[in-house]
Amino acid sequence: MSKPKFAMYWAASCGGCEIAVLNIDEKVLDLDANFDVAFWPAAMDAKYKDVEAMEDESILVTLFNGSIRTDENEHLAKLLRRKSKILVAFGSCANEGCIPGLANLSPREQIFERAYESPSTENPNHLRPQAACQVPEGTLTLPPLQAVIRTLDQVVEVDYHVPGCPPESHQIAAILDVLIQVVKGEAELPPKGAVLGAGNSTVCDECARKRDVKVIDKLSRIQELPQLNTTDCLLEQGLLCAGPATRSGCNSRCPNVGAPCIGCYGAAPGVLDQGARLMTAIASVVDANEPEAIDRVLNGIPDPAGSFYRFSLAHSLLRANREALAEEP
Amino acid sequence: MSDSTFEPVIIGFTCNWCSYRAADLAGTARIKYPPNVRLIRVMCSGRIDPTFVLKALSEGADGVLIAGCHPGECHYLEQNYKALRRHRLLQKTLAQFGIEPARVRLTWASAAEGALFAEEIAAMVNEVKALGPLNWPARPLPVATAPAEIPKLSEVAA
Ligand code: SF4
Ligand code: SF4
Ligand code: FES
Repeated sequence: MSKPKFAMYWAASCGGCEIAVLNIDEKVLDLDANFDVAFWPAAMDAKYKDVEAMEDESILVTLFNGSIRTDENEHLAKLLRRKSKILVAFGSCANEGCIPGLANLSPREQIFERAYESPSTENPNHLRPQAACQVPEGTLTLPPLQAVIRTLDQVVEVDYHVPGCPPESHQIAAILDVLIQVVKGEAELPPKGAVLGAGNSTVCDECARKRDVKVIDKLSRIQELPQLNTTDCLLEQGLLCAGPATRSGCNSRCPNVGAPCIGCYGAAPGVLDQGARLMTAIASVVDANEPEAIDRVLNGIPDPAGSFYRFSLAHSLLRANREALAEEP
Repeated sequence: MSDSTFEPVIIGFTCNWCSYRAADLAGTARIKYPPNVRLIRVMCSGRIDPTFVLKALSEGADGVLIAGCHPGECHYLEQNYKALRRHRLLQKTLAQFGIEPARVRLTWASAAEGALFAEEIAAMVNEVKALGPLNWPARPLPVATAPAEIPKLSEVAA
């Protein structure tokens, strides 16, 4: 009997999601035992034309990580949607734009400026990547950069969501177990649109740190604080922590070791806009009532959009800076 | 700059106890103010989550007005201070999105300040008129089905 096909693809991403999948250790052998890995550029050689030649819906499940930044990303998203029965938005980039999504605060020209003309870049001839370039052998092409980053579900229909930057390996292993059971006819698929591999509350809910005073009179960066105690809420100790607005699922991994949550599991259940929820939470605990005193505390957040939307900008209500959006076709 | 025919759409959140009554008073006293504001009554300005403001701006509003009781007079004690802090934080954030501060205005009005509230509205409408329409592009909706024909990558990249 032929095994069902599995695929994993990276669009605009860092590759961490692939590492997280490989991090399930020997469980990856279960993947191989139960699936025929049809396409997985990070793990094995494959050509797009091989995917193009596959029958529609012939891949049982595709884990799609990465956001949609270039025409190539969009093409692969549409192609894999067509070839897959189940398309999973895997990881923060595919679901919410993640760190690459922060580029949505800048119009394309500024992105190129930053990447190719910054003081630390040596580019005396001011070269820029071109969509097409003539060489003696013919025309070379590069997929153009789109105006803004989009998430997978802003481009194609998505069946399931797995949040996290990257998703926790124990969560991936559990999802794989369910998938294998489904293939064997021992389990049903979860309802379409479900969020897999995550919890149903907030990081704060899983965090063991003690919440007590619930007000802050100063916000600092971690390196500016003389010492952090190991038992109290980090927000109360003056660190911007995204725990109140972020979905649980990681067992509050970062606060456990003394680093604030930066929000990688995305918006908590029922939260439309992770950044707005975080603004609400922070504003509520600032211990000041006069405009100047309030600003003194808030000035401890030098990059509010980048801090509140570090992972979810592309999927937020506003999505991007106005100038960047204006370039969208 | 805007043309003279532009009539901004402004969503106004008013609290039940003071600012809504101010608007009401302006109405019963027949004080004229521009019809651009669509008022939404909430119990308290502390109920206004930045989500409401962002949703309004991203779905067609040119500006948002938040009105509450004067500091110290909120009927839920300190909630309007919360509104003040959220407003300042939101303003800092919106600047990075390219949204001008005049589009999101916070104001206080007591139940007796109908005339003052009408002036606030008129002032805001004028400021937003001068800024022109916001016209925030709609969020792409999840596509229901994959398109029938997908071009080859070589065609896309060319
Ligand atoms: S704010 Fe951060 S440190 Fe405090 S309880 Fe929530 S997750 Fe833990
Ligand atoms: S604590 Fe926050 S940033 Fe850290 S892994 Fe969990 S969700 Fe991600
Ligand atoms: S009741 Fe008016 S601001 Fe709270």
